[in-house]
Amino acid sequence: MSKARLMQGNEACAEGAIAAGVRFFAGYPITPSTEVAETMAKLLPRVGGKFVQMEDEIASMGAILGASLAGMKAMDATSGPGFSLKQELIGYAACAEIPCVLVDVQRVGPSTGQPTAPSQGDVMQARWGTHGDHPMIALAPWSVRETYDATVMAVNYAERFRTPVILLMDEIVGHLREKVELPEPADLDIYPRRQPKKTRAEGYEPYAPDEDLVPNVADFGQGYHIHVTGLIHDDTGFPVGSPKVTEESIRRLHEKIDRVGEEIIHTEEYFMDDAEYAVVAFGGTARTAYEAVAEARAKGQKVGLLRLMTVWPFATAAIKRLAAKVKGIMVAELNYGQLVGEVERAVAGQCEVQLCRKYNMQSFEPQEIAAGIDELVK
Amino acid sequence: MERSYEKYFRQNRLPHLWCPGCGNGIAMKAIVQAIEKKGLSQDNTVIVSGIGCSSRASGYMDFDTLHTAHGRAIPFATGIKLANPDLNVVVITGDGDCTAIGGNHFIHGCRRNVDLTVVLFNNKIYGMTGGQASPMTPLGKKATTAPYGSIDRPFDACKLAIAAGATYVARSTAYHEQHLVDMIANGFDNKGFSFIEALVQCPTAYGRKNKMGSPANMLKWMRDNAVMQAAWEKLPDDKKQGEKFPIGLFYSATATDYTTAYDAVIERAGGAGK
Repeated sequence: MSKARLMQGNEACAEGAIAAGVRFFAGYPITPSTEVAETMAKLLPRVGGKFVQMEDEIASMGAILGASLAGMKAMDATSGPGFSLKQELIGYAACAEIPCVLVDVQRVGPSTGQPTAPSQGDVMQARWGTHGDHPMIALAPWSVRETYDATVMAVNYAERFRTPVILLMDEIVGHLREKVELPEPADLDIYPRRQPKKTRAEGYEPYAPDEDLVPNVADFGQGYHIHVTGLIHDDTGFPVGSPKVTEESIRRLHEKIDRVGEEIIHTEEYFMDDAEYAVVAFGGTARTAYEAVAEARAKGQKVGLLRLMTVWPFATAAIKRLAAKVKGIMVAELNYGQLVGEVERAVAGQCEVQLCRKYNMQSFEPQEIAAGIDELVK
Repeated sequence: MERSYEKYFRQNRLPHLWCPGCGNGIAMKAIVQAIEKKGLSQDNTVIVSGIGCSSRASGYMDFDTLHTAHGRAIPFATGIKLANPDLNVVVITGDGDCTAIGGNHFIHGCRRNVDLTVVLFNNKIYGMTGGQASPMTPLGKKATTAPYGSIDRPFDACKLAIAAGATYVARSTAYHEQHLVDMIANGFDNKGFSFIEALVQCPTAYGRKNKMGSPANMLKWMRDNAVMQAAWEKLPDDKKQGEKFPIGLFYSATATDYTTAYDAVIERAGGAGK
């Protein structure tokens, strides 16, 4: 019997989270992400997990951080305005190294914007929304099935690197319904919660980095009497006003993710073998770009597609390789122009960079991207 | 002289950063004495605090401790309690942290009746930032941001907690230290949201601005103006004027706490034992 199911992106996100071991979800209703919370409210208690609808966006972010510190894998989901409200605690999670996944199903902004309309306008907020220097991992799936996989990956990265991970969805994928066949949970690789490797008597320090530069912070209730703070702290976890410790700890936060580099930067190439031009896109827009590129190929245009599944850390090396190969790159994104800046920085003048943008509540039509391609190859 | 409660402090983190004469140390000590009195396990008790003078207490206390973001201690604590209901979760907060930036979390924590014990160190001012008015600064009192006297009507945090659904609400002061210990200890017995307001003196910011005199004089002010709840109830209204205020247990009720209620949800959903 086929296990195929008709499923929405937001539902796949919730199911992926549970498969990855998430047992705590706190959220606040906001379109177009609400189905993630609704699905979690229904499914989590069936596996002994807990869902709580908090009083506001900030509270739900705080609650998942508390739950994570107490040993449960935890997730929250939101959209633009809520994403803005959570920024302080995203930084808290980065500084205090608390594993968590935050889903942002992007909608049109700024402000309340256009609540149910698609956008990809949170690219830079995902990277730089919280204050101060911090690393960021953001994944942007382009299909319902990939939303499931990307959520599992997001939970695994959060646990492995003890860092907040943003699942940067958009309304197109969040509300898309597709026939999917999900993997058996037993077939998934799940990263378990990191555990202390020393006892207190052996001189355990909760923020002492392991070989991979990630600390094995004990969960509350394990008897370690740890201290967790959003102040810059040393390996003991206690705040220190030292320039040396401050520099070292901010550097380590970056290096623990920078050092794995390409391993977490997932990209896909289509029609790239003999391509002389390339379209770069992510998320729901990449679906339209794929169709436009396929049509361009049918017309004889030598164009390919580079799809970024990992938006942050940015695929600088992949873009550099692309720029060395093609005559021109067009970035298609559903905003006024955000990712294009990063692409230009990576291209560094090696080839032409063009922007195909849209910010009027509607997703791209293939012919709009096709028109951009015509311009690019001219 | 070894004091029995010293084991609850991280000796290597002391002395604390509070000003000489500050009342926060008395309230912090009252919490560990209440923990000792009720025999709560050090390994199984988590101290969660917000931001501000009060909230630095967590760093000195030898438990699993969490110094959160400004105003957010109660949401973090809610997550901890739901994730591991076996933990005793104590929240330390201040008047600004709890009733201004964290006001929404405070009332909703009360409403859900999450099994937390919240101790508010009320010094009536923002101390850490140098003495700005808080939502609990009394009318007419001075602060750096209320140089002509505050015109903002203050919250009575205890009345707010009762109205919002807390199931144990009490107040005491740094002067009435043993009473404060009892109020906190009895709060631990309540399986639900327990709120204890601990009035503490801030000689540096509030006291100086309002010419309250020495820390000892501020403690004497508490002695002279606090009225035990039983006596307060018998006072005629005209005697409840001025600076007099009641202390003691104001409210207690039995209601299902949030984690117990959620266990029933798991049962209904078929997830028990998973």
